[in-house]
Amino acid sequence: MQLSPAELDALRLSLVVAARSVLFSLPFAVIIAWLLTRGRFAGRWLLDAFVHLPLVLPPVAIGYVLLLVFGNHGPIGGWLHNNFGIQLAFTTAGAALATAVMAFPLMVRSIRLSLENVDPGLEAAARTLGARPVDRFFTITLPLMLPGVLAGAVTAFAAGLGEFGAVITFAANVPGVTRTIPLALYTAIQSPGGDDQALRLAVMSFVLGLIGLLLAEMLARRARSLVGR
Amino acid sequence: MLKVRVVKQRDGFKLDVNFEAPTPGVVALFGRSGCGKTTTIDIISGLLEADEARIELDGDVLEDTSARTGRDTRADTAKAAGTAAVSGAGSRARTGIRVPPERRRIGYVFQDGRLFPHMSVLRNLRYGMTRAGRDARGVSAASSQKIELEPIVSLLGLEPLLQRRPYQLSGGEKQRVSLGRALLSQPRMLLLDEPLAALDAARREEVLPYLERLRDNFSIPMVYVSHQFDEVLRLATHVVLMDGGHVLAQGTLNEVSLVPALRDIVGADSVGAVLDGVVRGVNASAGMADLQVGAGVLNVSVRGVGVGEHVRVQLLARDIILAVEAPRGLSVRNELRGVVVALADDEDEAVLVTVNVGGANVLSRVTRSAVGSLGLRIGLAVWVLVKAVSTRGHAFRVSGRV
Repeated sequence: MQLSPAELDALRLSLVVAARSVLFSLPFAVIIAWLLTRGRFAGRWLLDAFVHLPLVLPPVAIGYVLLLVFGNHGPIGGWLHNNFGIQLAFTTAGAALATAVMAFPLMVRSIRLSLENVDPGLEAAARTLGARPVDRFFTITLPLMLPGVLAGAVTAFAAGLGEFGAVITFAANVPGVTRTIPLALYTAIQSPGGDDQALRLAVMSFVLGLIGLLLAEMLARRARSLVGR
Repeated sequence: MLKVRVVKQRDGFKLDVNFEAPTPGVVALFGRSGCGKTTTIDIISGLLEADEARIELDGDVLEDTSARTGRDTRADTAKAAGTAAVSGAGSRARTGIRVPPERRRIGYVFQDGRLFPHMSVLRNLRYGMTRAGRDARGVSAASSQKIELEPIVSLLGLEPLLQRRPYQLSGGEKQRVSLGRALLSQPRMLLLDEPLAALDAARREEVLPYLERLRDNFSIPMVYVSHQFDEVLRLATHVVLMDGGHVLAQGTLNEVSLVPALRDIVGADSVGAVLDGVVRGVNASAGMADLQVGAGVLNVSVRGVGVGEHVRVQLLARDIILAVEAPRGLSVRNELRGVVVALADDEDEAVLVTVNVGGANVLSRVTRSAVGSLGLRIGLAVWVLVKAVSTRGHAFRVSGRV
């Protein structure tokens, strides 16, 4: 099966967008997961609910909110545009942002689960051995939650390959810029005589998703043996 | 000197503990499960916050919730336990002194070992070592010499384990690594929370000698939490007897072994005076030794000791016979002369008689009818008879310092 230049573009864009979204959101996801698990502050439930919003809201609504906030006339988007010349709406970076927001709850959930399994007793032991908070986090807590972090990242990556609603709303459907596989698939379905094209793209999505999930499982297993469990 | 005073109220349980122990030495916190022993050492380590606490080690104050400057009110003190973190001992914050655990340089051997599962044994051992010294500022140097990796590895027999992961170790091996890891963090004191409780009898016997070596080879003060009296007997130099969050008694083993309340904790059959003595003569083939105890000499069953070494023996009260006349023609190897100094009612119609045998007290449990027919009373001169073989398993070599 030979891929057409347009299909290759869509495949490349899907991978780039998903990868950028994961790289960008991973540190935030770790911090939020830590706050939700270990933090003791008022309004934790509010943060928890807020993080999980993308799971229950229509993706189009998320895309629309992003447009309002990160659009060139939005409070953050306008500031970025005026001061740094950075435009997010209708760009690849914007597609990555929309994808990151949508996959964020998945990632936080996975990291949080692994963090809950880290025995605080081990951190206490590290304390008695002279390790300070940041030192403890990087030498004990983070390595022990690594399986969950990796699994979360790969799951978010696989999910990101297929993000549609938020991306098309915030970043539009620009060939070669934001037209990822699902957007190309949608375009093909909409165009007369595009059935063959649509099928090929659907198969690509299927294969990519499967590879992603298998990879997640494999990585998680490898990481678990690394931490000795 | 280690001085500890802690108060903590939690879920209807009040811990109110106050004790002092000489350093170096092994102070045993002894009592039933749930009497507050672990809570006490958690507070000493700094991992747990107390309502009120004052912890002083060799003149350095590690925690003092009441220390404050000038005219602060009591309300500040309550907050102090929670928030104040002051670098270095001896310095004062407005609200109190509280050196955080990572700067106390107090090693902690946990009941469950708590080895880091993602590191090899070697990396576990090095974890505290590489972080030690960095925070020595503000805390007087505990001991002048650094504790090096190699001697510890050989002392604890860890050579074959160094490249293994914690999950590949047996329970006893884990505890040995845990001991080594704590020691290598260059602690000025070690806390041990029932390090043998999770082990079966065979593993316990495997680890106990290492603990004895530790006590004998290092001048690091230790606080040893246990609810097993035999461990206390073998390791401790000072005992704090605890019950229901309070200290019932504290002192040397001999002193605490005579405390009547001990019976409720160890059971009537395990009550007996603990005596420390020096070996005067050895019969190696019989596994017997003559101990100089106070003014008398005691023939006991103990192996692997040499003349001049120190041996501790517990004479179980139920095994001790009292006679009001000079005994003749008996197989008993030990006849000590003494004077009755106390009589106390014991359970099951028995009486616990305390006899002074020249510098040391021993306990004997006799029936009430025996007290009557022998006319036992305070001030009466008696012979204390101890079967040498009855001391088997109750006599241990202890370090010269004890």
